Amino acid sequence: MRVAAPVLASVLTLVVGSILFASLGHDPLPTLYAFFVEPLNSLNGLSEWLLKASPLILIACGLAIGFRANVWNIGAEGQFTMGAIAASGVGLFWPNPDSVLLLPLMFVAGMGAGMAWAAIPAFLRARMNTNEILVTLMMTYIATLFLSYLVHGPWRDPAGFNYPQTALLPTAALFESFDPAYRLNPSIFITVVAVLVMWLFTDRSFLGYKMSVSGAAPLAARYAGFRESAAVWIGLLAGGAAAGIAGMAEAAGPLGQLSPQISPGYGFAAIIVAFIGRLNAFGIVLGGLLMSLLFLGGEGVQMTLGLPSALTRIFQGILLFFLLAADFFIFYRVRRVRPARDTHALETA
Amino acid sequence: MHPRLELRNICKRYPGVVANDDVSLSIQPGEIHAVLGENGAGKSTLMKIIYGAAQADSGEIFCDGNPIAAHNPATSRALGIEMVYQHFALFESVSVVENIALSASSAFHLPSLADKIRELSLRYGMPIDPHRQVHDLSVGERQRVEIVRCLLQAPKLLILDEPTSVLTPQAVVKLFETLRQLAAEGCSIVYISHKLDEVQELCDTATVLRNGKVTGTARPKETTSLELARMMVGSKLPEMHVSPPTPSEKPVLEVNNLSVKARDHFGVNLKDVSFNVHGGEIVGLAGVSGNGQAELIALLSGERTHHNNDAIRICGTAAARLRADERRKLGLAFVPEERLGRGAVPSHTLWENAVLTAHRFGTVRKGLVDRRRASAFAAGIIDRFKVKANGAGSTAQSLSGGNLQKFIVGREIALEPKLLLVSQPTWGVDVGASAFIRQTIVDLSRAGAAVLVVSEELDELFEICDRLLVICQGRVSPPLVRKTTDREEVGLLMTGRTMSTDQMASGSGDVALQN
Repeated sequence: MRVAAPVLASVLTLVVGSILFASLGHDPLPTLYAFFVEPLNSLNGLSEWLLKASPLILIACGLAIGFRANVWNIGAEGQFTMGAIAASGVGLFWPNPDSVLLLPLMFVAGMGAGMAWAAIPAFLRARMNTNEILVTLMMTYIATLFLSYLVHGPWRDPAGFNYPQTALLPTAALFESFDPAYRLNPSIFITVVAVLVMWLFTDRSFLGYKMSVSGAAPLAARYAGFRESAAVWIGLLAGGAAAGIAGMAEAAGPLGQLSPQISPGYGFAAIIVAFIGRLNAFGIVLGGLLMSLLFLGGEGVQMTLGLPSALTRIFQGILLFFLLAADFFIFYRVRRVRPARDTHALETA
Repeated sequence: MHPRLELRNICKRYPGVVANDDVSLSIQPGEIHAVLGENGAGKSTLMKIIYGAAQADSGEIFCDGNPIAAHNPATSRALGIEMVYQHFALFESVSVVENIALSASSAFHLPSLADKIRELSLRYGMPIDPHRQVHDLSVGERQRVEIVRCLLQAPKLLILDEPTSVLTPQAVVKLFETLRQLAAEGCSIVYISHKLDEVQELCDTATVLRNGKVTGTARPKETTSLELARMMVGSKLPEMHVSPPTPSEKPVLEVNNLSVKARDHFGVNLKDVSFNVHGGEIVGLAGVSGNGQAELIALLSGERTHHNNDAIRICGTAAARLRADERRKLGLAFVPEERLGRGAVPSHTLWENAVLTAHRFGTVRKGLVDRRRASAFAAGIIDRFKVKANGAGSTAQSLSGGNLQKFIVGREIALEPKLLLVSQPTWGVDVGASAFIRQTIVDLSRAGAAVLVVSEELDELFEICDRLLVICQGRVSPPLVRKTTDREEVGLLMTGRTMSTDQMASGSGDVALQN
């Protein structure tokens, strides 16, 4: 049943999508074809598909580690942004722009910045029992505004015609594409490793086991003496690290510089990916590929059919909605309550 | 006259087990009918079928002569069938009255419902404050909520699954009065139990189940316990062997002047609790639920810590500030009162639940969980303690209460503890398995371990304990030697009558004992 829900949700999303297309005056079937099949018809399409799936899967892997322990980090977007900022900072200002150490340093900086950004809500939750959902979400806005400040102010490219963007990163700070014609680059291997690490952690390691006990039965975790604060720290830091690395890979990959808009919402979409993937490493891979296709298809129909760009978000929303609804109806049964039958019984009791 | 309830040839299979095999029984209006059987005999399944929470594969059910087909709990309740489950179905985060309102299928008015609850609970001698939060209630008190919830519906047939396991002897007497009063008013009662003395005292008729089959029907008042037990167990009953204790020189557990404030105003303050438990002896802690046992056991197990490190010493090491896993390193093992959600993770498999506390015993190596060893460990427990389960891969929540208890007791004993804390060791466990669990605890202590048993069943404590402590209103009595004390003395101490002058002052702890 846990597998049935995402499949059911996907099918229902397609049905509602068709109705939506029809209401916008487009024949559903060709539009669905344009949305979901056409993007994958070319080598470039496949490259873009994997390129966009990679950060989604990477972030979702990190988030799922926390979600399994009921630690709700929904601020991956902010951790992603901070990771991109820190990595770009190293790339732009490192004294030796040709150093082979530049990429590894950026990797460490991006990961560290994502973790640091997640450490703040972790500290607040572990020490003061604040709600990490609210704190991580609010920290996202701080990160986005900080990025905006940097690219409009101190980090703006002096030779950039006043556009709010930084200078281009030096070549040594970039992942070189597999083929100059396409954008897919070796950073995808980071994601592959992350999926394997995530699987090992959640399915095999004792630490992952403790996290799952904390999530499934907090009293049992206390009974066994597993520290609750450890679950909070690990859950948030894993999400922060993954998002920070994804931010670094985005800056050092397709972007090559910072601008106010560096993410099409990867951090938020990854939450949906984690849930579609049932918080399981390999499920997340499938979820990430699906979500990436939604991004691509949305762009595609925007260009070819002139449909609004909001479609992508709408599809994401509908998908999550149906997934949660399917879960709900699988795990709960709806009971209709008839009014006023027992008043008599209550009176006589 | 039609019987109130009649079952004809009920069969129910689950993967791997036949839960009910051709079960028939009939209950008249106003009759108190016992369903006797060991764990896994199919009692709970049968009750679920009557209540509509499960559907029989074949067979017929009649209520007042009318056949019931494809019913569910809602239709059952409309017919006047109510059930008190062994695992309570209460929402912990809201109050008693809100819980009851949630299950009412009609419109309600909270204040008047609260009044009704108070009035009804007093009338049937089990007072509850409708505005208390359920998470603050002890197990015994929660049960009262469940019973009152059913009584509010003025039921025609009331099903009670192991209702007395958490009550004091006095409260059991009170409950029986309530049930007889209900029966006299025409309500039929199905009483699931494995306590023969209670069944003989209370019930008019009995149906005995073994391995899903009816092995006999009887009039318990006219049948000897031995005959009933034979029908249940099907073979000779195990006998307890309690050899004299050989206490170690130094105590394994020392509690010195442990005082602690309750975390909320419904909890109980512990006041100057001091006692020792030596290796080789079993010490029992008696008391009515809600008198500080939960607080004390959480402090001893390490689920809650105490700032004064010396207040608790385990094997000579100051331990009050240590977490549960650090105390386990000192040789502690612990069987909690709540099996699901505390002693075991409901959605996890048995082998995963073995890892919960057995991770120092080879089931975790180099930071990775060794599934094969964990499965072997779990299979060992299942085998040794005769846990009825579909292998180490079945989930904890799929087991009946008694079987999960056997698993948890088995797991903790397999850890070879120097100090074993056990809370309600045989709650909901049948005769044969209870005897086995008690014997295992006795054997463990005679092999040198110190054992502290917290139980509300005096019979159990008198059967296995060498010394007894009584807790009342957060104070613990000086130890009594089992051989020189009796139930009356312990019962008095449980009500706090000889212990302190401010007894009964707050009145929250011992409502079950009102006369």
